[in-house]
Amino acid sequence: MNQNATRLGKKKLLRVKMSVIIAVFIVLFFGSFNFGRYDGISLWNVVLIFVNKVFPVHGDWPKSFETVVLYIRFPRIIAAVLIGGALALAGTSYQAVFKNPLVSPDILGASAGASFGAALAIFNSFGAVWVQISAFIMSLIAVGCSCFVGGRIKRDPSLALILSGIFVSSLASALVSLMKFLADPLDKLPTITFWLLGTLSNITLTDITWALIPMAVGAVPLILLRWRLNVLSMGDDEAKALGIETKRLRFVVILCSTILTAASISIGGLIGWVGLVIPHLARTIVGSNNKILIPAAIIIGGSFLLLVDNFARSLSSVEIPLGVLTAIVGAPFFITLMLRGKEAS
Amino acid sequence: MVFALKNGVCGYAPNKPILKDINFDVSSGEVLCILGANGAGKSTLFKSMLGLIPILNGVLTVDNESIAGWSRAEIARTIGYIPQANNPPFSYSVLDVILMGRTAYLGLFASPKKEDEEIAEDAIRQLNISRLVDKRYQELSGGEKQLVLIARALAQLPKILIMDEPTAALDFGNQQMVLNQIHKLSQNGLSIIMASHFPDHAFLYSHKALLLKDGGIYSVGRPNDVITEESLRDLYAVETKIINTGIQPRYAATDASDIKICVPLS
Repeated sequence: MNQNATRLGKKKLLRVKMSVIIAVFIVLFFGSFNFGRYDGISLWNVVLIFVNKVFPVHGDWPKSFETVVLYIRFPRIIAAVLIGGALALAGTSYQAVFKNPLVSPDILGASAGASFGAALAIFNSFGAVWVQISAFIMSLIAVGCSCFVGGRIKRDPSLALILSGIFVSSLASALVSLMKFLADPLDKLPTITFWLLGTLSNITLTDITWALIPMAVGAVPLILLRWRLNVLSMGDDEAKALGIETKRLRFVVILCSTILTAASISIGGLIGWVGLVIPHLARTIVGSNNKILIPAAIIIGGSFLLLVDNFARSLSSVEIPLGVLTAIVGAPFFITLMLRGKEAS
Repeated sequence: MVFALKNGVCGYAPNKPILKDINFDVSSGEVLCILGANGAGKSTLFKSMLGLIPILNGVLTVDNESIAGWSRAEIARTIGYIPQANNPPFSYSVLDVILMGRTAYLGLFASPKKEDEEIAEDAIRQLNISRLVDKRYQELSGGEKQLVLIARALAQLPKILIMDEPTAALDFGNQQMVLNQIHKLSQNGLSIIMASHFPDHAFLYSHKALLLKDGGIYSVGRPNDVITEESLRDLYAVETKIINTGIQPRYAATDASDIKICVPLS
């Protein structure tokens, strides 16, 4: 009886933790409208402006507030939440598939492939939309290559995939360097470089609408299959003996995670560390069971990128590239987590 | 229930079979102990029985029905596998690990429900390990992990348990604890197939012994008949003296008048 009581207590504690995670996210979400160079928009005004969109209310805010809130900050905040959540989800899933908590969503070449796609499009003077599409497609192709090569290596399947991922990543990176070397140093080289640094400053609602489709395609199956990731992470033989068609499940998880990663990178540029750090952080809070870990990681990922992006756009007079800031925040943070090395029970 | 392999050929590649002409059967309540030197093909045989590698020839049957067309989930509902205890990369709770045994009964998008937790509780009670439930799996000792893995296999509600050297890496006390549990499970009607490195374990706990050598069966039968000084010399290249201890067996498994033990001489 006593044990049942402690287990019930643990379940209750988990529920409290999830509520706190969600509450922090909501506060951050609305608070983020206040960050930026255009000052003086109160939280109340933000709420009113949104309410006004649905059913008109009487208010006395300046017209410019509406523009800033709805067309500049809203897309950016939504993008940060979506990308942060998507990368955290992809990272958590990848870690389960590869049975390794040190894996990040770009292990199979998703980032390097996207970089090459973007660099190629910029080099050929394609428009912004084509840069995104090219990045997305090249990212998928790169991961496809890794899987194709990895399937041919006669070793433990996840190790084989990691090996071929390293190979594909460095090949794509070399091609990016080649593009940079050949690009016009006054015009295209800086564009490529800035794209690679990652930023959300140019994002529009249209970008987000288009990115939402692949993100939903990637996220929904992963969220539905999340409990099975526990079993898959025990290793191939055990998972098979427990009744899982590991090959098929691994394929679905890798495909969905890759689509998520590719969609994120194609609109936000290279934003590293989120997919590695957030799963760890979430594990220290809610534990390793993917049933709870995955929703927690998505929300924490969204909150994290939102917070970092707020700093990116308000720390200095010039905007700091988001990818740079996630690395500056992420690396020491990760080391701290590793050194503390405790997981929630 | 009878689990059987007929004319089995096992291996990783069709042109390079590792084991040939494998025939045996295990009925409900029987313990089959598989003995053989390292590299004799025990692991290959296990992987074939579990469907982890396709069987190259022959047929695996449960009650004379071939399991060749079964899905992984169907196999998992009949055959429980207990691997050697290892460390998973993530720190799951003991209950999380035991609930994984319910995978084969859950829909693709489902996670364990109240009923599944009750079945897990039954397994926990059966093995008497409720003291472990609230711990982290990674923090357990080797013997405790082995018991948790047995509980996970029991949550599959199988008819057959396959154990890959359940006592490897366990100390003397934990070995007996695990083996006693195995014996109890067989008395509850489960068929158990286990690999072992200790002929003594076969004497103590098994109804049948299967000896593997040179890519085939060396002999199969009651432990007292097939584990002899001669067969151990052939299998392991060790001179052994087998002694009747005069101690009455606690279990009627071996239907011997007293327990035998092996003493290596060379």
